[in-house]
Amino acid sequence: MSTTPAADRAGAVKAVTRNRLFWPAAVLAVLLVANLAFTPDFFAVRLQGGHLYGSLIDILHFGAPLILVSLGMTLVIATGGIDLSVGSTVAIAGALACLHISESTDPGGLGTVLTALGIALGAAVLLGAVNGLLVARAGVQPIIATLILMVAGRGVAQLITDGQIITVTSDPYKLIGGGYWLTVPFAVLLAAAVVLAAVLLTRSTALGLLLESVGGNPVASRLVGIRATRLIALVYVFSALCAALAGLMVSSNVSAADGNNAGLWIELDAILAVVLGGTSLNGGRFSIGGTVLGALIIQTLATTVYTIGVPPETTLVFKAFVVIAVCLVQSPVFRAKLAARGSRVRRTTDRPYVAAPTDREVGA
Amino acid sequence: MNVHALTARLRGQIPLLVTAVLLVSMFGVGSVQYDGFFSGQVVLNLLIDNAFLLVVAVGMTFVVLTGGIDLSVGAVVALSTMVSAWLVERHGWPPLLVIPLVLLMGTAGGWLMGWIIHVFEIQPFIVTLAGMFLARGLCYTISIESISITDPQYTAMAQTRIPLGSLFVSPSALIALLVVAAGFVVLHHTRLGRNVYALGGSEQSALLMGLPVQRTRTTVYAISGFCSALGGVLLTFYMLSGYGLHAVGLELDAIAAVVIGGTLLTGGSGYLLGTLLGVLVLGLIQTVISFQGTLSSWWTRIVIGALLFVFIVLQRLITGRRR
Amino acid sequence: MRQQPVLEVRGIRKEFPGVVALDGVDFRLFPGEVHALMGENGAGKSTLIKVLTGVHRADGGEVLLAGRPVRIGGPLEAQQAGISTVYQEVNLCPNLSVAENIFIGREPRRFGLVDWAAMRRRAAELVRELDLDVDVSAPLGSCSIAVQQLVAIVRAVAVSAKVLILDEPTSSLDRDEVQRLFAVMRRLRDQGVAILFVSHFLDQIYEICDRTTVLRNGRLEGEYLTAELDRMELVSRMIGAELAGLDQLGGGKRRERTAPAGPAFLQADGLTRRGAVEPYELDIRPGEVIGLAGLLGSGRTEAARLLFGADRSDGGTLRIDGAVTALRGPRDAIARGIAFCSENRKTEGLIGDLTVRENIVLALQASRGWTRPLSRTAQDAYALRWIRALDIRPGNPEAPVRNLSGGNQQKVLLARWLITDPKLLILDEPTRGIDVGAKAEIQKLVAGLAEDGMAVLFISAELEEVLRLSHRVGVLRDHRMVARLDNDGELTPEHVMATIASGAHP
Repeated sequence: MSTTPAADRAGAVKAVTRNRLFWPAAVLAVLLVANLAFTPDFFAVRLQGGHLYGSLIDILHFGAPLILVSLGMTLVIATGGIDLSVGSTVAIAGALACLHISESTDPGGLGTVLTALGIALGAAVLLGAVNGLLVARAGVQPIIATLILMVAGRGVAQLITDGQIITVTSDPYKLIGGGYWLTVPFAVLLAAAVVLAAVLLTRSTALGLLLESVGGNPVASRLVGIRATRLIALVYVFSALCAALAGLMVSSNVSAADGNNAGLWIELDAILAVVLGGTSLNGGRFSIGGTVLGALIIQTLATTVYTIGVPPETTLVFKAFVVIAVCLVQSPVFRAKLAARGSRVRRTTDRPYVAAPTDREVGA
Repeated sequence: MNVHALTARLRGQIPLLVTAVLLVSMFGVGSVQYDGFFSGQVVLNLLIDNAFLLVVAVGMTFVVLTGGIDLSVGAVVALSTMVSAWLVERHGWPPLLVIPLVLLMGTAGGWLMGWIIHVFEIQPFIVTLAGMFLARGLCYTISIESISITDPQYTAMAQTRIPLGSLFVSPSALIALLVVAAGFVVLHHTRLGRNVYALGGSEQSALLMGLPVQRTRTTVYAISGFCSALGGVLLTFYMLSGYGLHAVGLELDAIAAVVIGGTLLTGGSGYLLGTLLGVLVLGLIQTVISFQGTLSSWWTRIVIGALLFVFIVLQRLITGRRR
Repeated sequence: MRQQPVLEVRGIRKEFPGVVALDGVDFRLFPGEVHALMGENGAGKSTLIKVLTGVHRADGGEVLLAGRPVRIGGPLEAQQAGISTVYQEVNLCPNLSVAENIFIGREPRRFGLVDWAAMRRRAAELVRELDLDVDVSAPLGSCSIAVQQLVAIVRAVAVSAKVLILDEPTSSLDRDEVQRLFAVMRRLRDQGVAILFVSHFLDQIYEICDRTTVLRNGRLEGEYLTAELDRMELVSRMIGAELAGLDQLGGGKRRERTAPAGPAFLQADGLTRRGAVEPYELDIRPGEVIGLAGLLGSGRTEAARLLFGADRSDGGTLRIDGAVTALRGPRDAIARGIAFCSENRKTEGLIGDLTVRENIVLALQASRGWTRPLSRTAQDAYALRWIRALDIRPGNPEAPVRNLSGGNQQKVLLARWLITDPKLLILDEPTRGIDVGAKAEIQKLVAGLAEDGMAVLFISAELEEVLRLSHRVGVLRDHRMVARLDNDGELTPEHVMATIASGAHP
């Protein structure tokens, strides 16, 4: 069987566009290129004083906390859940770490900083476990279970900082969010390491498969003997850990903990990043690579809006349309309607494949 | 059988009873602890200070009763304050034109969200999240800064005190109570209201019983949009300004009030008067904390979170046993 | 001479992608009769009811109400036209009161507001008319399922229904509750209401129904006066004789089926679950195929689910390898070497998003836990081996499983369990809705597995198939196991049908 080169090329194009990462990557590329119009040296990266500088580096640097939070959110969403409490966790983690360092006699000591990290991450495990138990054990809807911590967590963070902004001067701590290592911002390396670890954790163990199974069809998953309770509790703990790391980064970058504003609305950006990355809010298949792209899109958008001089707050308007557009594209009903309209107009037999609702009952 | 039915009926009201007891005991403890706490004016101030929250929570009650959620309310409140201030101050429109316009805007926005939720079967929280982004974003396209209002009609609304014997209330508080009354009548005494409960009880059943499910759902979000806009108008009276950062996190307070008021977050069960109690509990927490003086404001959040936890677990126990 | 039918369906046709659910079906319903609609899985009963209630729109044919053609656009229009339906899962709102459930959508109003007093009064009257003792202001959820069914009927009647469709209302009711329901049905029938009754209980059909219409594979099999319809005839009409592919196992005659000797792998003693299956006895030896025969809803699936821990039993004992075992869930059963292929492939079997490979390794992976992953090489080897062994098409292990045909999906499920090397394989309707070729392959596979020493519990609505494969056959009827028959070469489908029909082995 032989095919023409043209058909081959068409097939190759199709294969590329069908790839799950194609659309988020394309959007990111368009956004980046669009920036050239406003900032001709947008892609320039220069080395200065042993540190890399440039818009691209900034996007990675400032996007690192969002990437982390979105990463945890991805696994939660894969199980069909949602975690609204990550913003509060960001604030609590930063507050705990900064409090410990500021009260220490040796704020610059490595031991102090490591203890601070331990405290923050330990607290995150606790918070994640509360969410996980409420969802997996008590069977509370995820959006509601995590709403509790979303509300109370901010108060707890302010309680820890006593309503103040705790500033710290600690070089080891500063490294996490604001420092450089091998010319690259340490935060970028840390985020990359965690993302890599998550990919390894989910894809070279069976965790990813089992999570997708639980999110994709909980009933069938029970019947093949998957222990969903533990897995679900686990992802909420992981999500909290990611959020805590992000919290450490944010507070380290500004050398201060602000219980009120740290991580404010980051849960919404994280959900958006996950959805942009092609993971469905209904659970099932997830894509960590897609999520990273989604987070970078959001960060690039923020950078773009900032550089073209529009008030940064108006990014919200863009986000609104993006959320609706992505959700519509993911909605089987919308796709079915679109396909029906398309075929009515075109009157062709060549109908695109539409994921039809699978629960249609026939006969009986 | 009758005993069974009676216990079932009582069980549904446990959260409401708990809230009522909580409210009375909080007020009791406050009266014993603090001088000047035990006064009618403290109670009336609860209404005056929380009038806009009450109105928003009424709309949220409708939505939650259908099993949905509306995260856009805080943002719609802010947008309403912003549009009001902008049109009145920057463009000199008369308040009597601006207020209906703002209300219409909120209603239409809510209706649109409800329509998208229903027709495309997208989860309510994500659609209203988009609504929230949009409304907040639109605030900033009007102005980044706060716009203060000097219009005499607005200042009159802000300063008017309606005497009640030796006490007083604000017009906003009366409007809020009026909204509660209207909401109560609609919810408990009209077909629309009963359809809301039916939809929350079982959408599938509602559909098969031939109830207008789509109309009910869009109407519910439209009501929430209207209430948010009205809440925005009341907040404009209260703050005399329009600002994109007004009412940040209000959606959480409204949801908390609804839950503490005994409405099931899964829909189908709850009372509007419960929401009134819920708002009063939230207000009372703040009052107690301000009377205490040594407690900081963030304790409000923590206490609300703890209450939410207790009530959600309580709900879970109740509905879990029913099954 | 009979009067005009109140409801008539002529040549109705309904297609779903890939399936013709109704193919030119005629159906008549007269006022003042109770009419049974019978058929097995895929016969088209639900589809017909959904067409009548406007949930589905027919692709062809017409529906006549009192002689006039009508278009029913939805449940509301159906109700307005006088067709009301009561479903198996009560489709009312448990959070509302009994009175509201009866009247919602048509509440009596005064000055535009709901007149609660009048509603309660009229609801109480309606309830009393049917001799029911129900507190109409109680929330519906506090009533028993039986009472909820009756309330649903009261609601249907209150809409002044001319046609009342009862879709399996009795499946979870006990004897007394059924009698209560029948009393109400008789009263309504005497008032001239036409009742369409769907039930899987043969006794109930003979007790209450005047006429019976049988559907099979989307076609009309016949309309009969129930009193003149022999039970045996009814069962054979429903099951039919699927002769296609009969000879594919070779020789035309089924092979010698001598039951292997030795101790039982699994033994159920009075195992039961309320509302699902009455206490039953069953034992399965390694290398043995036990067939479970019975009509849809006879309790055959329910019986099997108890053996897998998919549902918890509330009585009786289960022995596995001689030891009394309480299964807390499927995980327990899997750990003891039991595998279960559900009849609902899409909802209880496959993870549609995942690939063929992932679906195949899922059960094995789940039993290993997430920390001990199967290597990708091992996964590919498993997938490819079973894709080849079972001829799964397309043969691409990375194809999303939702795009496969029913037969290939079934093979994926089989592969999933076979790689766990189970000692007992429970197959619930493994050949339903798949083409003849795939069906024969699966049968051959099952026979081979048993020869290699696996115990198999084989559930199927097709008696030929059950008899061809099984050493012994358990017959279920109305949630009871009424007979356990040795498949000694003498046993014929007619014997089994007779047992299903009469409740005893003749």
